[in-house]
Amino acid sequence: MTQRARPTGCIPGLAVLLSFGLLGVLAPVLFPPNDVGPLGAPGRPMQPPSPRFPLGTDSFGRSMLAVTIWGARGSLPVGLLAAAVSVSIGVLVGLVAGHCAGWAGAVLMHVTDWFLVLPTLVLASVLASVLQPGVGTVVLAIGVTAWPSTARMVRAQTLTVQARPYFERAQALGAGHWRLMGRHVLPNILPVVLAQAPLSLSGAILAEATLAFLGQSDPTKISWGTALQLAHQAGAVSAGAWWMLLPPGAAIVAVTVASAGCGRALETVADPHRAVRP
Amino acid sequence: MRPPSGLGYLGRKVVSALVGLCGVALAGFFLFRILPGDPARTVTRGRPVDAQQLAQLRHRFGTDQPLVVQFGAYVTRTFRGDLGRSYQYSAPVSALIVSHLAATVYLVGTATLISACLGSWLGARAAWRRGSLGDRVHSSLALTLWSVPTFWLGLMLIVVLAVGVGSVPGLFPTGGMRLPGVTGFVPVALDMLHHLVLPCATMVAVGYAQYLLIVRSCVLEEMSADYVTTARAKGIPEATVRWRHVLPNALLPAATLILVNFGGVVSGAVVVESVFSWPGLGSLFYEALTVPDLPLLHGLFVFFAASVILLNLVADLLYPMLDPRVRRP
Repeated sequence: MTQRARPTGCIPGLAVLLSFGLLGVLAPVLFPPNDVGPLGAPGRPMQPPSPRFPLGTDSFGRSMLAVTIWGARGSLPVGLLAAAVSVSIGVLVGLVAGHCAGWAGAVLMHVTDWFLVLPTLVLASVLASVLQPGVGTVVLAIGVTAWPSTARMVRAQTLTVQARPYFERAQALGAGHWRLMGRHVLPNILPVVLAQAPLSLSGAILAEATLAFLGQSDPTKISWGTALQLAHQAGAVSAGAWWMLLPPGAAIVAVTVASAGCGRALETVADPHRAVRP
Repeated sequence: MRPPSGLGYLGRKVVSALVGLCGVALAGFFLFRILPGDPARTVTRGRPVDAQQLAQLRHRFGTDQPLVVQFGAYVTRTFRGDLGRSYQYSAPVSALIVSHLAATVYLVGTATLISACLGSWLGARAAWRRGSLGDRVHSSLALTLWSVPTFWLGLMLIVVLAVGVGSVPGLFPTGGMRLPGVTGFVPVALDMLHHLVLPCATMVAVGYAQYLLIVRSCVLEEMSADYVTTARAKGIPEATVRWRHVLPNALLPAATLILVNFGGVVSGAVVVESVFSWPGLGSLFYEALTVPDLPLLHGLFVFFAASVILLNLVADLLYPMLDPRVRRP
């Protein structure tokens, strides 16, 4: 046996995530809410970076630095909530599909595969446009469409756990389905689920930005996605106003790369067979 | 799971694709008929109407029928190819889809081909030099690009390469598929290639990572197989072992991945086409989303979902032909 892998790889990623979280929490202290409102913005619209506004200003004249930091406040909670919804659905479906052999499990797996092949973004944006627009809808649309990969993984793990002798013992002693799933399977698959969570977060933040760009989010709420959509609508691209596009996009890339890296590092520890081989 | 064999396998796959298509119909009905609520109420929102007018409207929309009857009528119409009329274009949705299909196939086909070739080549090289600097650089670069929002990458490419930053002039067109004034076969072909570069590069940059990763892990797996040891023991040159023995076997999963992964490609196409105003189905979807033009949105949803399911069926049917190992009873 070689030495067990350690989750040291996730520390840089975790540091990036925590610093963005901290910036988001401190946003109102660093930049007063008035500075990022559409009215009473401190600068002139679409100015390139200057000493006063190190990242330039957007089409309302707000500092892009302030908008990007406030964006963390909008994007991270939506990403976290959507990831939580998708992981919960995935765990529930995967557990039940793995536990209930026979037609119920088969039907659940067919439903999972159906969702897995469908274009996620198309489904999520249709859902978001049909429902009342808003942040809750975005969370729901991402959560409801992003769960299948978690479900598949949880089902596979459930099947391996159920093949172990202690599970048979618990069954022989007469444990019920809920007890078997809750007390014997769930705690054992939890590490793998936790390793999957950062990957879900990374996907959810990307999906939130994309939905916002497609105009399916609340444009009055500042997030990285709405900042980019605003820049696009205001013609930042044809004006060559790169400073309106670079900071929110770089923030999205930093957070998604950090959390995906974190997830892969955790996965190497939790489930060496599935992880990307080094 | 039983290993697939012969007609039973074929039948099972076809049935499961048919069930999948029924699922699409059900989802379309649920998303566009049940979730938005009563269309009679939506149309008359904010206007005083009496019960009789509402009943008349419901009769016209067919919503006074039981849900099962409505669903039956909906399925019959959808399978006949009648997807309704677009509000925005006031044209049949099916005709709009047909007229926009070629542009999407041109963009998505080229991008998928390039990403699959590039990803496979880089993946195989990364696996042969496992753990080297090149392997680590390529794997992390691909994973980073995979985490980049597609639309943002497209916008940045437009700013840098099409609009130009500072004194650097723009090299490529900012959007569209061709210039209106160009005539003649060769100039049109060149013009269309010129327009293709940036959108295609965006799709490839975001998409090649998955081919790289899967080919890399498949090559690593094949390299430890017994037949590789045998081939080496026979004194076959390492290059021949790699290119003729290992790679063909490792490419099989990648070949099916192209078709299986079509859902992700469709999502990417929607974003890339709306960023580059590419006149294809993705732009159509984006416009339908912004208006919102529900019949068009519904038609595109059904079309995308159905084509993804059918391509998955093709992948399932091709796989045993490509790889005899899965055919063994």
